[in-house]
Amino acid sequence: MNLNATLIGELIAFVVFVWFCMKYVWPPLNDAIEARQKKIADGLAASDRAANDLELAQEKATAQLREAKSQAAEIIEAAKKRETQIVEEAAVKAQAEKEKILATGHTEIETERNRVKEELRKQFAILAVAGAEKILERSIDAATHSDILDKFVAEL
Amino acid sequence: MAEEVTLSSHIQHHLTNAKMCTTDTGLAFNKACSDSGFWTWHIDTLAWSIGLGMLFLWTFRRAAKGATVGVPDKFQCFIEMVVEFVGDNVNKTFQGKSTLIAPLALTIFVWVFLMNLMDLIPVDFLPAFAGFVGETAFGMDSHDVYMKVVPTTDINLTAALALGVFLLMIFYSVKIKGLGGFVKELTLHPFNTKNKLAMVFLIPCNLLLETIALVAKPFSLALRLFGNLYAGELIFILIGAVGLMQLPLHFVWAVFHILVIVLQAFVFMMLTIVYLSMASSDNH
Repeated sequence: MNLNATLIGELIAFVVFVWFCMKYVWPPLNDAIEARQKKIADGLAASDRAANDLELAQEKATAQLREAKSQAAEIIEAAKKRETQIVEEAAVKAQAEKEKILATGHTEIETERNRVKEELRKQFAILAVAGAEKILERSIDAATHSDILDKFVAEL
Repeated sequence: MAEEVTLSSHIQHHLTNAKMCTTDTGLAFNKACSDSGFWTWHIDTLAWSIGLGMLFLWTFRRAAKGATVGVPDKFQCFIEMVVEFVGDNVNKTFQGKSTLIAPLALTIFVWVFLMNLMDLIPVDFLPAFAGFVGETAFGMDSHDVYMKVVPTTDINLTAALALGVFLLMIFYSVKIKGLGGFVKELTLHPFNTKNKLAMVFLIPCNLLLETIALVAKPFSLALRLFGNLYAGELIFILIGAVGLMQLPLHFVWAVFHILVIVLQAFVFMMLTIVYLSMASSDNH
């Protein structure tokens, strides 16, 4: 063992090195490491949160889809009901219309028949008179026998 | 050559530091300094250790300047790996907070590692190169040029590191516990009674035991590192003297020495942290 002044020189060098390391080397490196660790931790937490959000959104979407389907089914059901209702209503209406038209037709036919009947009666009277005139032309004077003829016509 | 090179003189040559001192006639070197006493400088130890220390600081400072929160490059990753390794050990071992301990531990670990690493350079390369330079450039006898390239094989360096740690231990003890607390720690443990008279006899015993325990710490730090590396270096030198057989032997010893190099740097760092943690914790 021969301790000498080298000891003092090395001690000073040691102190200076440690001081420099403490001042200019350790803090920036350690800060960078810690900041990066925090960033990575934040990133991981964010991705976890995003995955969670995604799951929630998927659940929500599924629920909404299910609801929409059931609503659509309800709407279709209602529409079908309404359809049959409309068809029934239309049928009832048409039936009524038909009956009404038939009734009108009957009435018209009746009226027409009465009119034709009247007409026929009148024509027939004329024809009868004409026939009778033909027969009686020679025997009956129209003027003298007009009262009889009138009576006859009235009886028709 | 001025004298015949024998095996023992070869080994002696390898184990001698390059010395510098001031004499009446100005600066003197090596053999002229043999009786200059304390004020002798081992210029090879100083140059290599300070050079390696600056290499460490320059490398890490470069990484520190380029440090970003974003994706680091490989160099950055490597440096941060070392920093995190040291930081983890400090956090696990050191109780309490300090902005000094972690940089101190990093400096010790990397610096000591780099100095130990010099041991893996084949033992004759740098001394022979230094001898060649001394002979051609300064006209010296190459056998008078000394170059010990592993600074941790110089007790002065390991003692300086241990002394620095020892001073910090005392500083932290006094800072955390106060001067009274530090004195109490040295005198009232491990033996303690309520009896005043008995304490009068016990206090000197306690002081003796605790002082030995305290002083043993820097001694063990300095001598462990010095002893391991000195022995490793000596075996490298011996292996270098056995002719062609040295090649496989060198390989085996170098592989084993890789472990020693890292382990000794790590042990020195860990013990520094443990000692400072003990010094700055209140409970005995």
